[in-house]
Amino acid sequence: MEQYKGVLILGEIADGKLAPITSELLGIGKKLADELAEDLSVLLMGGKAGGLAKEAIAYGADKVYIAEDSLFDEYNSDAYTQLVANLCQKVLPSILLIGHTDIGCDLAPRLNGRLGGGLAMDVNELSIDHTTKLLVSTRPIFGGNAYARVISKTARPQMATVRSKVFPPAERDESKQGQVIPVEEKVDPSAIKVRVIERIREEVEGVKLEEAEVVVSGGHGIGSAKNFEMLWELARLLGGTVGATRRSCDEGWIPVTRQIGQSGKVVSPKLYFAVALSGAMSHIVGCLGSKYIVAINKDPEANIFNIAHFGIVADYKEVLPALTAKFKELLSAK
Amino acid sequence: MNIIVCVKQVPDPEIPPAKFKIDTETKKVIPPPGVPPVISVYDERAVEAACRLKDKHKGKITVISIGSEKAIEVVRHAISMGADEGFVLQDEPFENLDSFGTAYVLGKAIQKIGNYDLILCGRQAADWGAGQVGSILAEILGLPLVTFAFDIQLEDKRFKVKRILKDGYEVVEVPMPALMTVSSEIGLPRLPAGMGLMLARRKQIPIWKAKDIGADPTQLDKTKAHTEITEIFIPKRETHCELITGATPADAAANLALKLIKLI
Repeated sequence: MEQYKGVLILGEIADGKLAPITSELLGIGKKLADELAEDLSVLLMGGKAGGLAKEAIAYGADKVYIAEDSLFDEYNSDAYTQLVANLCQKVLPSILLIGHTDIGCDLAPRLNGRLGGGLAMDVNELSIDHTTKLLVSTRPIFGGNAYARVISKTARPQMATVRSKVFPPAERDESKQGQVIPVEEKVDPSAIKVRVIERIREEVEGVKLEEAEVVVSGGHGIGSAKNFEMLWELARLLGGTVGATRRSCDEGWIPVTRQIGQSGKVVSPKLYFAVALSGAMSHIVGCLGSKYIVAINKDPEANIFNIAHFGIVADYKEVLPALTAKFKELLSAK
Repeated sequence: MNIIVCVKQVPDPEIPPAKFKIDTETKKVIPPPGVPPVISVYDERAVEAACRLKDKHKGKITVISIGSEKAIEVVRHAISMGADEGFVLQDEPFENLDSFGTAYVLGKAIQKIGNYDLILCGRQAADWGAGQVGSILAEILGLPLVTFAFDIQLEDKRFKVKRILKDGYEVVEVPMPALMTVSSEIGLPRLPAGMGLMLARRKQIPIWKAKDIGADPTQLDKTKAHTEITEIFIPKRETHCELITGATPADAAANLALKLIKLI
């Protein structure tokens, strides 16, 4: 186990630059490497990876591994797994950090299966235990209702996929020196079984749920697809968008892409309206990051009142139209 | 087409959080009294994906689950949806396994069942949610892997699969046999009905122990687990809900708007 040393970051490149998650990983990676008094390395893959080596060094990398091959410009699970696994078996990092991104969510568990390491996914805290020098990762369990701290006593590398925007990006230091090491091994094309045919970016009409400042969410109590229009009116007026609970989506009242919670999206708007929803565990984990939660429910015992900042106990059908009308009046007076 | 689906029984996530309690000493969740455990949501979608393929191409669906004897219930649920048979993997060495241990046991059971074209798992479990078992299993079995699948079509002995991304999706092609993890975007699972319910009630669901699947106990030695949980905790949430009132619900709504307008 002693032969495993250093922190390795899997870099991601977006629009020809280091992706924001990569500078965040370099930031926390540097902190961990310093505590262990070991090196920080980063792997960059893609046809133009070499051009970003200097940038990665300025962000704190001691070593930059460059796999300069346009084969890696688009993510392919088989090709990436093979290349990263080969590199890890050669350089034997003690810690491997990957972003909890589309790439990381697919790559990390499979890489872990191949390397026999110890992986924690969707991590939002990382530290080194002072006595054991082990990496301690904190990750959500039960859909984010609780958290677990995870260690790997003997399995190497110690791996984590790290959630975006949790750690501050690394500070830039133009005078920092580092080593650039080309990765010579080529990927065996016969090992590429999965072929990507196309990649489709879906444009969401209006405001994206994850970016909305105001979200008006409806639960099972809304009662029909048509009634969701009332929620849309308020959302549009406030420049926000509409979300829903799993049960509303299951009913087919609203597309599943608007589902908030454990098997849906996580939102953190300024203002979250929870309308006619009870506040089941699986739902509230998707909205707890909201600045203000407003509950409208006719059941005063509904759990949603336990996490809301403001509440009205009444039938939403009598509340929403009046609320929208009053906002309209106040906003036009502004 | 022969499909094997791996399913897990979990505490019902649709409960109010006040009923969700953990034991920080044993690092376990205290099952909420009176709330029966359910099939993990993504695993139910994996069963649905299997049923859709069977509807179109015929074949056989086999369901396996690691758990207590109660896990028979989730296997029965899958059969009531359209699966043909199922097995429960229950033995002392199978308790509290990490992702590698779980994948190892599932792999042994799958090798015993043999003769498969597709293996499906949920993308992650609704309880501990490590999100790794399917991928490690693919590595153990040496199968091509597609994660987060939400549309699986069979064309010419190859699968054409849509997999979900954060802001869109990807279409990939993969040969048979393969392993896929299924995401909730596949849509609603079917409700158990008529024949399925009857079959599920009658079906014998054998329980397999470590020796039945030829599992090597040293592979399941907890002291050699790849990961270990040292602590679990529930983050503190302290909010006070200010109830807004008025002569009528509409008045309360107007008062609420007056409060909120200052905050946005």
